[in-house]
Amino acid sequence: MVVYLDHAATTPMIPEAIDAYTDAMRQVGNPASIHSQGQSAKRMLEEAREVIATSLSCDPIEVVLTSGGTESINLALKGIYWKRNVDSARQVILAPGGEHHATIDTLEWLEKHEGAEISWLPLDGDGTVEPAAVERALAEHGPRVALITMLWANNEVGTIQPVTDIAALAAAHDVPLHVDAVAAYGYLPVDFAAVRRDSGSTGGAGLAALSVSAHKIGGPVGIGALVVSRSAQVEPLLHGGGQQRQVRSGTQDVAGTVSFAVAARFAQARLSTESGRLTALRNRVIAGILDAVPTAKLNGATGSNRLPGNAHFAFPGCEGDSLLFLLDMAGVSVSTGSACQAGIPEPSHVLRAMGRDELEARGALRVTLGHSTTDDDIDALIAAVPHAYAQAARAGLSDRKTVLGS
Amino acid sequence: MSGGVDSAVAAARAVEAGHEVVGVHLALSRMPGTLRTGSRGCCTIEDSMDAQRAANIIGIPYYVWDFSERFKLDVVDDFIAEYAAGRTPNPCMRCNEKIKFAALLEKALDLGFDAVCTGHYATILTDADGNRELHRASAWAKDQSYVLGVLTAEQIEHSMFPLGATPSKAEVRAEAAERGFSVANKPDSHDICFIPDGDTRGWLADRVGAEKGQILDRTGSVVGSHEGAQAFTVGQRRGLNLGVPDPDGRPRFVLEVRPKTNEVVVGPKEALAIGEIAGSRFTWAGLAPEHPDLAFECDVQIRAHADPVPAVAVVQPHAETGEPELMIRPRTPLDGVAPGQTAVVYVGTRVLGQCTIDRTVSAVPADA
Repeated sequence: MVVYLDHAATTPMIPEAIDAYTDAMRQVGNPASIHSQGQSAKRMLEEAREVIATSLSCDPIEVVLTSGGTESINLALKGIYWKRNVDSARQVILAPGGEHHATIDTLEWLEKHEGAEISWLPLDGDGTVEPAAVERALAEHGPRVALITMLWANNEVGTIQPVTDIAALAAAHDVPLHVDAVAAYGYLPVDFAAVRRDSGSTGGAGLAALSVSAHKIGGPVGIGALVVSRSAQVEPLLHGGGQQRQVRSGTQDVAGTVSFAVAARFAQARLSTESGRLTALRNRVIAGILDAVPTAKLNGATGSNRLPGNAHFAFPGCEGDSLLFLLDMAGVSVSTGSACQAGIPEPSHVLRAMGRDELEARGALRVTLGHSTTDDDIDALIAAVPHAYAQAARAGLSDRKTVLGS
Repeated sequence: MSGGVDSAVAAARAVEAGHEVVGVHLALSRMPGTLRTGSRGCCTIEDSMDAQRAANIIGIPYYVWDFSERFKLDVVDDFIAEYAAGRTPNPCMRCNEKIKFAALLEKALDLGFDAVCTGHYATILTDADGNRELHRASAWAKDQSYVLGVLTAEQIEHSMFPLGATPSKAEVRAEAAERGFSVANKPDSHDICFIPDGDTRGWLADRVGAEKGQILDRTGSVVGSHEGAQAFTVGQRRGLNLGVPDPDGRPRFVLEVRPKTNEVVVGPKEALAIGEIAGSRFTWAGLAPEHPDLAFECDVQIRAHADPVPAVAVVQPHAETGEPELMIRPRTPLDGVAPGQTAVVYVGTRVLGQCTIDRTVSAVPADA
């Protein structure tokens, strides 16, 4: 039996989304075409966009379909930054440490090529962004702030952020906020309208844009969305046929959108029951692992401040990749939370941003649950961990001195 | 699995021999290059992908293990320090000694594996008592036993070299093509993997630093100046730019590099001939000789692609420090031997052991 506990990387497509995908792919028609097939494609596309908009509580016109989370985040950060610098110099971007690499690398690119100044905000020990730190940064940089960006929930350690509080600060300072909701979507209510309302966001100030991806909720890889508030301004990354409010040119992916919509509908319909079910399973993971390995530590927030499907641990004295390997050999797929190119493991930048030293950041292991996870999966994980940890701890850290060859 | 053809075929053969095999690619740099360039054939992301594709075809799991810190400390920093001390190290041997058959092997043993299997061309034989011996590959042209000469009995106990009996590299490439490996015709790697453009001198100059100094002849007279002693290697002829001609008008060669005084000593070609080499850092590749303190007949090899030379070796205390050293006297003097190099001692095809050369004695006395 293969036990898949890496749903934050990608979760299995739900059968209904696969069926909808393949059915839609059988139909010809570019939604931009004027003839009947074009109109039929356009109808499928827009019906799907409405479903996606409903799942996010925004208007369909505000849903800009993209190739996925990375493109959405790039479009939001670069697009808003460029627009905000048209009439006045607003070069400061506020961002917490421990963001996803799609954000970090985009911001570093803006810094290097577009003169942006990034003000990295601290995280507390649980990985939470402190609104007071945001407020201080807004006061310090004042009218020079182009935008704020932040995760709704951290993809590695699962900590849920005070999005509404920070949106309120952004609104009060007349600054747009982008939220990366890729990890939160499908697991928490992601209600664009409610956050705007509760934070007093108006026009382009406050919550202005939000990124999601279909394959994290049981839809296909290759499609995602950027919710762009109708009053927010973004400069496009891609130029061409002017599709989607001129914001994202390129022939629209009807089949992908239809499949995305099916996954979104399912995720939304079972959100409340599923979040309770996953929270219970996750609590079993946490209790079981801390019981089996008493020296292990849970990283991130606890209780309702944590994503229902996320458990993230630090195992002292071993490499996360040794644990991952041994669990994989035992038929359990988990993650160290952070892999970079060529699979070279790096100490988690999220844990570093939370103030952990490199040693603690090395033995990181992320277990993420999803719609297909069962009690048996959790039993298998808990049964496999003690032996894997004992062996990984024997192998120790990769920079240890060797006995052989000396 | 480096991403090259040899380790891919070795892995496939190990699977067919009935072993349970997992492909492991070593991450030796925190900042790997993206694509293969020039003469390099390992350590880029493309190489890692090549290795993974081969593992896919063989049908084995594949992982990247990070030893970048150990590699920096034990291989890269050691290479710089050895050069700074005026010696000529071989980083590939250091990598075998400290990384592949130490850091990697130890981690593998701890994680439940029995051995490390590589694509080196060498043979392991077992004697009548079950002791494992390291031998040359069947094909001498491809033999890589020299770079494995640093392995100890314990390391050899847990090593496998499935390519040792292969008649030629062409055979390995043909087998790789037959198996459908994309790397069947991938060029061999050469040069030092952590020096991307192959410019070892420039790379070292950036790290060791260079200062003007004097070039002396064997009597100690100043015959020229240089821009940094570390840039020279024993046996070098070009680039000396000596102001004072040799009285005989003959070409002069670097005989010695003295990093402490930043001096380079030059002399005639015949003075390069070395009659004795010795080193206190020595190991035995398998069972040690019963009486290493009694002189024994052997062959000595001082470079990966040099011919072995008949010699007499003995372990004896150093004349001044009293520390035991392996002393080797080639029966015919050897040219171009530099401290820091490794002298590997063979008996027939068997690798007996090695020493890192600390000192050499010219076969031609200075006043001759």
